[in-house]
Amino acid sequence: MKKFKDADMQVIIGWVLRLGVLISITIVFLGGIIYLWRHGHMLTHYAIFKGVPMFLQTPGGVINGIFNFRGQAIIQAGIILLIATPVMRVIFSAIGFIMEKDYLYMGITLLVLAIIFISMLSGHAG
Amino acid sequence: MSIITFTLILLLGSYLAGLLGSLTGLGGGFIIIPLLTLVLHVDIHYAIGASLISVIATSSGSAAAYVKEGITNIRLGMFLEIATTIGALIGATIAIYMSANYIAILFGCILIFSAISSVIKKSEHITSEKSYLAEKLKLNSNYPTSAGVVEYSVVRVMGGFFMMIFAGLISGLLGIGSGALKVVAMDGIMRIPFKVSTTTSNFMIGVTAAASAVVYLQRGYIDPGLSMPVVIGVVLGALTGSKILVGSKSSGWIRWMFVVVVTVLAVQMIYNGATGKI
Repeated sequence: MKKFKDADMQVIIGWVLRLGVLISITIVFLGGIIYLWRHGHMLTHYAIFKGVPMFLQTPGGVINGIFNFRGQAIIQAGIILLIATPVMRVIFSAIGFIMEKDYLYMGITLLVLAIIFISMLSGHAG
Repeated sequence: MSIITFTLILLLGSYLAGLLGSLTGLGGGFIIIPLLTLVLHVDIHYAIGASLISVIATSSGSAAAYVKEGITNIRLGMFLEIATTIGALIGATIAIYMSANYIAILFGCILIFSAISSVIKKSEHITSEKSYLAEKLKLNSNYPTSAGVVEYSVVRVMGGFFMMIFAGLISGLLGIGSGALKVVAMDGIMRIPFKVSTTTSNFMIGVTAAASAVVYLQRGYIDPGLSMPVVIGVVLGALTGSKILVGSKSSGWIRWMFVVVVTVLAVQMIYNGATGKI
């Protein structure tokens, strides 16, 4: 196998980002059509912050909503995938640095992942 | 207002925001948040959530193109992402406890700063000065130009790093890419060539926004009914913008128009924030 180089990593990162955006926007679009079809005639409620509906607040709720064909749950799944796209890019960079045997940057990349993970946990607390 | 009307207005507004944001390089968030709060009277916390999502989509899309050209300095981006993600985490946490009017005032100030810095002519400076940290971290690199490969060095690494914590904090607090602040850190402090600093800044924006988006998501600030038209509109607008950019060279008047629009919006945000109307 030929040596894994920075240029190879650039190609892979490019694809991860492009595919992630494409897939998630498609899901958001499909969910949006279902949402408008079912709720389009209702009134908006964004003036006061109340948080998103209960069924969207847990991963289980979102998955359940997708199977029940709820537009908002499908949109939310697309949004979560979109947020995951740059995170996937970081994971692929970490793998790339391991393959290049660049352990300093492997460490730096893992540190960035750890900070994002802490952000995820901090959202739950309090 | 019914959901369908609201969605269509937001879709059109987001399309224009994405178009202008990509033509000027300032990003769509600058128009999305005033549009949502001033025009559609949406709570600013929801607006920040929706804007963050659109920031992730546009920066990831354009980063994909830049990375393949080999201009982006991936190591520099990864190293500085430590700073921006820490900042983003702090910013998102503060935003949750900060009242809407303070956020609006701060947003207006950053908006004016970004508009001004976007029209100031920047001088290109390529340094070959050696810095110990930059060597250790393998930050010095090169990039392709029409005149051949240009080698460059990076200086004042720690100064740039601390500026990036601030840029990340503003991004997490206000739901924007804060590209202007990232360019201050890379261009002004670390002396990185302009083309490298803009593409690398763009490369980092997605991860920075993701770090704060997870906080907003779990607090219930990311509403699907808002995010859907915003993200679709901004992405389509940015795509149109990138097609126009390839075709024409002079975007001088667009930039000035954008600065005027942004300044008016900024003053409105500050006024409404100060009088407690937001």
